[in-house]
Amino acid sequence: MQLTREALLRAFRLMQTIRSFEERVHDEFEAGRIPGFVHLYAGEEASAVGVCLHLDEHDFIGSTHRGHGHCIAKGCDVTGMMLELFGKRDGLCLGKGGSMHIADFDKGMMGANSIVGAAVPLALGAALAAKTLKTGAVSVPFCGDGGANQGGVLESLNLASVWKLPVVFAFENNGYAETTAASWAIAGGDIVNRAAAFGMPGVQVDGFDFFAVHEAAGAAIERARSGGGPSLIEIKTGRFFGHHEGDSQTYRGKNEVGRLRAERDCLVRFRQRVTEAGLLDPAQLDEVAVAIATEIDQAVDLARRAPAPAPAALFENVYVSY
Amino acid sequence: MARILTMRKALSEAFRQVMEEDPTVIMMGEDIAGGMGAPGELDAWGGDLGITKGLIGRFGMDRVLDTPISETAYIGAAVGAATAGLRPIAELMFVDFMGVCFDQLLNQAAKFRYMFGGKTKTPLVVRTQYGAGFRAGAQHSQALYPIFAHIPGLKCVIPSSAYDAKGLMIASVRDDDPVIFFEHKVMYDTVADDVPERPYAIPLGEANIVRDGEDATIVAIGRMVHFAMEAARTLERDGIDCEVIDPRTISPLDEDTILDSVRRTGRLVVVDEAYPRCGIAADIASIVAERCFEALKAPIRKVTPPHTPIPFAPDLEDAWLPSADKIAAAVRSQFEGRSR
Repeated sequence: MQLTREALLRAFRLMQTIRSFEERVHDEFEAGRIPGFVHLYAGEEASAVGVCLHLDEHDFIGSTHRGHGHCIAKGCDVTGMMLELFGKRDGLCLGKGGSMHIADFDKGMMGANSIVGAAVPLALGAALAAKTLKTGAVSVPFCGDGGANQGGVLESLNLASVWKLPVVFAFENNGYAETTAASWAIAGGDIVNRAAAFGMPGVQVDGFDFFAVHEAAGAAIERARSGGGPSLIEIKTGRFFGHHEGDSQTYRGKNEVGRLRAERDCLVRFRQRVTEAGLLDPAQLDEVAVAIATEIDQAVDLARRAPAPAPAALFENVYVSY
Repeated sequence: MARILTMRKALSEAFRQVMEEDPTVIMMGEDIAGGMGAPGELDAWGGDLGITKGLIGRFGMDRVLDTPISETAYIGAAVGAATAGLRPIAELMFVDFMGVCFDQLLNQAAKFRYMFGGKTKTPLVVRTQYGAGFRAGAQHSQALYPIFAHIPGLKCVIPSSAYDAKGLMIASVRDDDPVIFFEHKVMYDTVADDVPERPYAIPLGEANIVRDGEDATIVAIGRMVHFAMEAARTLERDGIDCEVIDPRTISPLDEDTILDSVRRTGRLVVVDEAYPRCGIAADIASIVAERCFEALKAPIRKVTPPHTPIPFAPDLEDAWLPSADKIAAAVRSQFEGRSR
């Protein structure tokens, strides 16, 4: 699939935004300024962006506990996200969701979800709504290799096929469910093998290669949009940080992360490919990266100083009416 | 002129009317039509007890969806669809099956509005059968609604009459929050009363004073309302005049109606079919003890099953359930050793 310069630049901007956001959240968390748990997406950017570049705000995504990348790729406001992580009044969810529960339904982002695999049935429902209301929208549940072993996810693969829903299951296999190796926990070896059992096409792609993800996702999403039913993509990727911040990562190989960063970084590979092909200018990319760094700085600065939610917010939005 | 319908017919009429008035209302569940993909007839069952029969013929397969036996996937899909423009009614065949799919209600539907800062609503009804008396044993007879009422973000509806079943169902479907709607399997055909043909909604959170009385307040839920009424008739012959209150919804709970009544009568008996520990009977008793202790002329009494699973043997199941006799005995005990 031929991408315009504009689309390439957009892809770079989104991937770089995710990277800068996550690196900065890592620092802020380490400094004790972010409460709770955070699970960073750095390393996996090509997955969220390669998929979401095919979607607009009418389409839906479901996400995981590692959701910041999905949020940014789907168009969520970065400053609002940072305020949310800091638990502030003006956060994207008014400070009541936090890192693991950021959602923006106006953007078709159905929420990060701290129950592993739980967003998959939910995204199925969005696909059902799109089909029933004939909106032409598609729904993409992101799910990790850990979630791939949840019963509800397997039920959802079956139900999506039975109901012929416009769904693309995007399994991000980053090699570990917390500390447990996917190579041990995924019976049958690869998640992609499960597609055939549920009567849908499946493809496995290199998740460090934006172009590979983008192409596979494009075909699957086009199929879903044109009424062809569900399909599955297994995106083989890797995280640059631990399961959560504070994870000692003793289960990983010696210098595994160092090698991932040095040899497989999706941003480095993207830059190499587009500059060598003369599609984008290195200086242009640097300029974008600097602008993003400034944006993240400003977001953090604002988040640190922003007010906490008012005490009354404790009682608000439990119900629409009660 | 009275128009007597069973609870079964009242609910069927409610489904038809809400689906006619709002094209975004859909239904899903296991065998709610039945016969899907099978060589025989479609709509073979209309739900395991025939409550949804005829709907697929009227509204089509796009709005009446049979599902595989995959409660997590389809209850979850109903929750997701509710956030994306539909008003799904999902049937969980028996509330006992909640064990295989609880997360989608406990952590998803119930939490969305709060943890996403009010940015979405989840207009969903999960309707489910509950209750003992069918000789269905420990895994098909429970009254698990206190578990749902425990969770902020969910609403819990338990009708005791055909009239209430229709009005509460219509209100639940029109409601913008997730509602769990409990239908007692014994009551579908044994309860019948006057049900207007027009669509009408009974507001959630308004108790019904089923019987006025001055001497004691009996709060009873679901099928227990009928047992309480029987007890009240017996007690009337003894000169004890009972007020019987049906909360109709236990979340929200109409505390004021209960408290006002107890302040007048000075006595409270709570009757429920759910397990006693951490149940709604204990909850109502605690609310009354906390808010109008000074009005009480006798200790609060609860009439519930014992804290055991539900036995299969008919004699044991009958012994397990509350009864009119047990309720009457509880009320009488509040008058023993005291001047009236």
